[in-house]
Amino acid sequence: MITRTPRSRYDVVVVGAGPAGLAAALGAREAGAEHVLLVDREPEPGGILQQCIHTGFGLHTFEEELTGPEFAERFIDRLTERGADLLLGSFILDGAPREGAVQIVGRDVGAARVEYGSLVLAMGCRERTRGALRIPGTRPAGVYTAGLAQKMVNMMGVLPGRRVVILGSGDIGLIMARRLVLEGVEVLGVYEILPYSSGLNRNIAQCLNDFDIPLHLSTTVTRVGGRDRVEWVEVCPVDEALRPIAGARRERIACDTLLLSVGLIPENELSQRLGARLDLVTRGPVVDSTLMTSVDGVFACGNVLHVHDLVDWVADEAMRAGRFAAEHALGRPRPRDSVRVVPGQNVRYVVPHTISPDRDQEVLFRVARPVERATIVAVAVGEEREQPIVSKKIRYAFPAEMMRLSLSQADLDKIDAETLRIDVVERPPKKDPKPKGSRS
Amino acid sequence: MTPPDGVQRMVCIGCPIGCQLEVEYLGGDGDAWRIAGYDCKKGKSYAAEEVTDPRRMVATTVAIEGASWRRLPVRTASPIPKDQVLALCRRLHAVRVTSPVAMGDVVLADALGTGVDVIATRSL
Repeated sequence: MITRTPRSRYDVVVVGAGPAGLAAALGAREAGAEHVLLVDREPEPGGILQQCIHTGFGLHTFEEELTGPEFAERFIDRLTERGADLLLGSFILDGAPREGAVQIVGRDVGAARVEYGSLVLAMGCRERTRGALRIPGTRPAGVYTAGLAQKMVNMMGVLPGRRVVILGSGDIGLIMARRLVLEGVEVLGVYEILPYSSGLNRNIAQCLNDFDIPLHLSTTVTRVGGRDRVEWVEVCPVDEALRPIAGARRERIACDTLLLSVGLIPENELSQRLGARLDLVTRGPVVDSTLMTSVDGVFACGNVLHVHDLVDWVADEAMRAGRFAAEHALGRPRPRDSVRVVPGQNVRYVVPHTISPDRDQEVLFRVARPVERATIVAVAVGEEREQPIVSKKIRYAFPAEMMRLSLSQADLDKIDAETLRIDVVERPPKKDPKPKGSRS
Repeated sequence: MTPPDGVQRMVCIGCPIGCQLEVEYLGGDGDAWRIAGYDCKKGKSYAAEEVTDPRRMVATTVAIEGASWRRLPVRTASPIPKDQVLALCRRLHAVRVTSPVAMGDVVLADALGTGVDVIATRSL
């Protein structure tokens, strides 16, 4: 599978060999693309999965609970069987979408121009850093993003420090809290600026509670101290607008390391160079129902499109992107979408941005704030009136958890409008609060 | 293990949904339990196990020589008693393997006498 000398033309070129890229390449091969090239700047495929050594991956795709490296290796094996060219230690410098070509620079190829029928963007995302948060204080060693610390501990065999404070309760932060305790590091606490954790409840249970690591909500790090190495961080409670409360007690915590798990940003420099229009909320490309960006023949999937919480949904989405990319490359494009999809009540964003009523569709979205007992409603917004097309009751919704809504062709046939709005509406509380699954 | 008194509340770790579970030992002839809040059979068995014999999967790393990385990711083949998790990690600090290793290879058999093997989670 690994190549040093790529062909001059491929049906589909995939940028990034992480979970999205691997699945997109597989999807493209399965849909009949004969020549598929995967390009990755790392020395091995698998992307972030190789450092996510904890379990919890693959429940939907393989119906068992795997670690990240196991999930990756299964996809790599499947792709090896199908056959695709994998170019490592290389990246796409630039592209000329009108000519259908990309400029590759790499360890083995030097500089090469490769033509494509379709291009799939699967570059994933980057972590937000201290710079993005503008935390005041000195600039000592010992401030790391959680994902970097994860690579250091799990692959390079280097501990980031001995006494650690974690800012941000996203899943990576929670997973790293447990990981460091297992390696004998003292984790003093996890601090979260929001009034709720942005990680999964099960990770709070099994990563923090199991090891008595305190989680401090509505609290943030307001200063970093230390000359050469972090010596302390100052934490302070915040108000509803997430600003440190003036006059509140600011606590100094002696530590040598601050880990940041404060969000991920889709890595879209290349997408922008190619001219793809971005969504200001997802920070990923605007895509149609085939996951094609605003640039003809250029598709996007995985975390470069929008940050996912489960790799299974990344793989799912990327397989589809790969299939549509193959169809496009083989000269079998789908009809143009006719319905715009927009976020409505308590919905932060929806992907894709347009849908086609000619087949079953699925839209992915996130809520803006947590709700219990709600109904997802897809509303056709016409000039004269609004008509609910589909509604689905849910027990709860958290911003941390991506939601999915399936729209069958029969549902879509009901749309007599150019816009479909997705709302998440709260329902009144139940009179009898007997929990589901109750047995005596 | 003696069943605990009163209602035990916990978050299911069986899948990303994270159901809020309630477990209560009712006793009596049938050794009855009340389990509520689960959405699937995994949640029901997790709740019962969590109050009598809590177990966890352990994923960590061991040292590897002759490979492109210095650590090999490993995990327990099945969950082990929760109170042995840290002891197992300390034991694995002393394990050193040599490349090549294949995904699924046993790195430590019958870890701490639990009857559970520790296996490699990637080829390296």
